Amino acid sequence: MRRTILPGFGLTLGFTVCYLSLIVLLPLTATFAQSAKLGWHGFWQIATAPRAMAAYELSFGASLLGAAINFVMGTVVAWVLVRYRFPGHRILDSLVDLPFALPTAVAGIALTTLYAPNGLFGKPLAALGIHAAYTRLGIVIALTFIGLPFVVRTVQPVLAELDRELEEAAASLGAGRWQTFWRVIYPMIAPAAITGFALAFARGVGEYGSVIFIAGNMPMRTEIAPLLIVTKLEEYDYSGATAIAAVMLVISFVLLAAINTLQRWSGDRELAASG
Amino acid sequence: MVNALPASPAVREAAPVKGLLIGVSLLFLVLFLLVPLASVFAVAFRDGIGPYLQTFRDPDTLASIRLSLLATAIALPCNTVFGIAAAWAIAKFDFFGKSLLISLVDLPFSISPVVAGLTYVLVFGNHGWFGEWLSAHGMQVIFAVPGIVLVTIFVTFPFVARELIPTMTAQGSDEEEAALTLGANGWQTFFKVTLPNMKWALIYGIILCNARAMGEFGAVSVVSGHIRGLTNTMPLQIEVLYNDYQYVAAFAVASLLACLALTTLVVKSIVEWRTAPVEKETPWA
Repeated sequence: MRRTILPGFGLTLGFTVCYLSLIVLLPLTATFAQSAKLGWHGFWQIATAPRAMAAYELSFGASLLGAAINFVMGTVVAWVLVRYRFPGHRILDSLVDLPFALPTAVAGIALTTLYAPNGLFGKPLAALGIHAAYTRLGIVIALTFIGLPFVVRTVQPVLAELDRELEEAAASLGAGRWQTFWRVIYPMIAPAAITGFALAFARGVGEYGSVIFIAGNMPMRTEIAPLLIVTKLEEYDYSGATAIAAVMLVISFVLLAAINTLQRWSGDRELAASG
Repeated sequence: MVNALPASPAVREAAPVKGLLIGVSLLFLVLFLLVPLASVFAVAFRDGIGPYLQTFRDPDTLASIRLSLLATAIALPCNTVFGIAAAWAIAKFDFFGKSLLISLVDLPFSISPVVAGLTYVLVFGNHGWFGEWLSAHGMQVIFAVPGIVLVTIFVTFPFVARELIPTMTAQGSDEEEAALTLGANGWQTFFKVTLPNMKWALIYGIILCNARAMGEFGAVSVVSGHIRGLTNTMPLQIEVLYNDYQYVAAFAVASLLACLALTTLVVKSIVEWRTAPVEKETPWA
């Protein structure tokens, strides 16, 4: 331990560990303990039932699509916000965080009203034969909204710190702008963008409030995994809900470990880039 | 700094490319952020100010606002005290298991709100660990206010701590050590040196925590039991009104939360401009 004369180590660490154990670790332990009661066979049967598999598939697929849209658009938005100045620049920059600040239920009813068949976006889409609300497309739209800030906010600082001399060197060696982007800039910002993608994906897999209004919530078709947990609870099927929750928790832990690794990688790159 | 010089033409995009990129970004942000936000207010005031205000005469709606304020009023100080304690221990000292502790502090962010709610049902619900003991003593946590407060604390757990830890780590302990050497006691050092230094990060963490506490839906939904006038928070009341086809009322309640979100963004921007290094404001092109 580093020598320091600061007081309060025992008090603050003790409080932190106690509070963390009570609020976070105890309930999580309960979930695994309760699913252990089902036995491996019972657990596996519930966790891999066709309706549950359809729900994981939907949650994963829609989150992947939403995160992919944000990977591309978030990089473009970050680029525009860092490199260009235009009227309303600062307001837009602040507005990017809206999905973090706006309650998910509010986002859910607003998006549903817009994309419903008689809504502002839903009507023209319906004329084109595209049904957004109450379909899988609606879920992707909601998850795109929810994940929007992640890629922008991970790429923005890396782009701002990027050493411009590298670009000038590339240009003076004859690289075109597009070539410079792909060969020089993109490799620098890619770890940050991938981290943002992973964060948006992780958020999407667990998202509930913004999705259930627009989803339609049909079993096997438009029922996301968190909704299936709620449905099972409402049917007093506690073991069913617990088994699916345990699967979701394991997925969360795996994603968290992956994101931590990505962030370390991204941090190393950032250091190299700002050199 | 490196970026302070104006960029040479060779590392700028052609005007049409720049215009296209700005146009695409604007379109995306307007369609995905601005229009949904505006639509909340548009529907809330669809029939004028009268029906909008009428929403806030409904006793169930008023009860939901009170409950949200209560849950937030309890969760906020709890997590603020925790955040300060955790940041002090983590930023000022080195100890075994520190990086594990940091990961655990962030853990509630990576857990689905619905799963968070369920974990509390499994501890305090009738079938849960303490269920029998609680009902034997006439106490109810799940489908009652204590459960709502507890899950609100869970989902807003990391906000203050994760804002303070990097700020306090970056500031180091030199100023505190100087104060102690000059004869200040621990509390004096904290209030006169540490607290002023971390003021903006603390404000930022608290407003984020506040916004999430007022707006939490999934976790609260699982433990609430949806008893109108008793265990519905504002987001749950929005769901009830929306499913009753009372759109103006649903969006009127939603507009309050949208205003809170906008206030959060404004405070966040102020904090960022106050703490941003000067060179960040130098335009690129």
